[in-house]
Amino acid sequence: MKGFIDLHLRPNLEERVEIERIIKRAAELGYRAVGVSLPQEKLQERAREIRKICSDLDIDFISRIDLEPRNSLELLRSLRFLRRRVEVIAVKCLSKSVARQAAKDRRVDILSFSPIDLRRRFFDSAEAELASKTQVSLEFDMAPLLYLHGNQRINLLWKMRIETIIARKFDVPIVLSSGVSEAWLLRKPEDYASLGYLFGLDLENAKKAISENPKKIVERNRRKLSPNYVAPGIYVIRRGKDCPK
Amino acid sequence: MPKIVRRRYIAVRIDSDQTIERKDFIRAVWSSILRLFGEYGASQTELKMIDYDPTKGLAVLRCSHKALPMIKASIPCITHIGASPVTIHVERVSGTLKALRRKLSI
Repeated sequence: MKGFIDLHLRPNLEERVEIERIIKRAAELGYRAVGVSLPQEKLQERAREIRKICSDLDIDFISRIDLEPRNSLELLRSLRFLRRRVEVIAVKCLSKSVARQAAKDRRVDILSFSPIDLRRRFFDSAEAELASKTQVSLEFDMAPLLYLHGNQRINLLWKMRIETIIARKFDVPIVLSSGVSEAWLLRKPEDYASLGYLFGLDLENAKKAISENPKKIVERNRRKLSPNYVAPGIYVIRRGKDCPK
Repeated sequence: MPKIVRRRYIAVRIDSDQTIERKDFIRAVWSSILRLFGEYGASQTELKMIDYDPTKGLAVLRCSHKALPMIKASIPCITHIGASPVTIHVERVSGTLKALRRKLSI
């Protein structure tokens, strides 16, 4: 898998035309793979439908689920149930206890926070330290930077700038995603990389945040989801007739 | 000896269902720069519109090379011109107008 990846598209899944429009737009803008946020109910059915659209448009599909647990227990329960079913698990942290639990759990891939309620952005040094040990990434959705104005955007940029400094200090991978629900809000990957300037992310790291960092997450999880995966470091190389006698 | 002014030429692509007037486009760019960087920041950009083709949806802007990251960050932030939703992308950046036209093959 090469090129740019948008890990977070949020089309209205009830309307097939809307899904097609947004994925087609992503392909036109130069993305090689897209992650679409799926609902927990009808997960496999929706994934199959979107995978078909993506293969018709020659773009790689990444299944993703966004969890919004109310407490740590709910998060653990969801992770146990969903980890073997989707390629990317993102946790929207609505409380500090959930944020801490998500950061220290290896089954979580992405931490995301509210773009509007800034008191609920719990990405501080303690959170970053936990996340750096488990390779959990911090996700920034770019869409709010486009549709928010005035004080809301000023405060969001300020928070993102602080979080970028903390993430870089503790070596937490940053993922830039669009987070769009409508096709016209989608921008080119290079445009998103340029927006990184607004919160202190240099161009090189911003490009990594749209290409290499999401790619690492997806490849790691696809390896784990493959039938050849046994345990960390143990893979089936040959089976059945492939085995030498 | 006067210092040589280093400039950058930026080609941008405008995606919209409606034809966007030249003055509306440049007003939207200035407004986005002002909202993000304020009047002091906008004064440092030395922004000028060089060329505009509403039929192709292509525009060429000139700015100071130091202000290039500001312009590149401001342009994707434009979501509407008037009432119509638009998407504006940076196509190419070059140090000379000649090279930019060559890269764009126009």
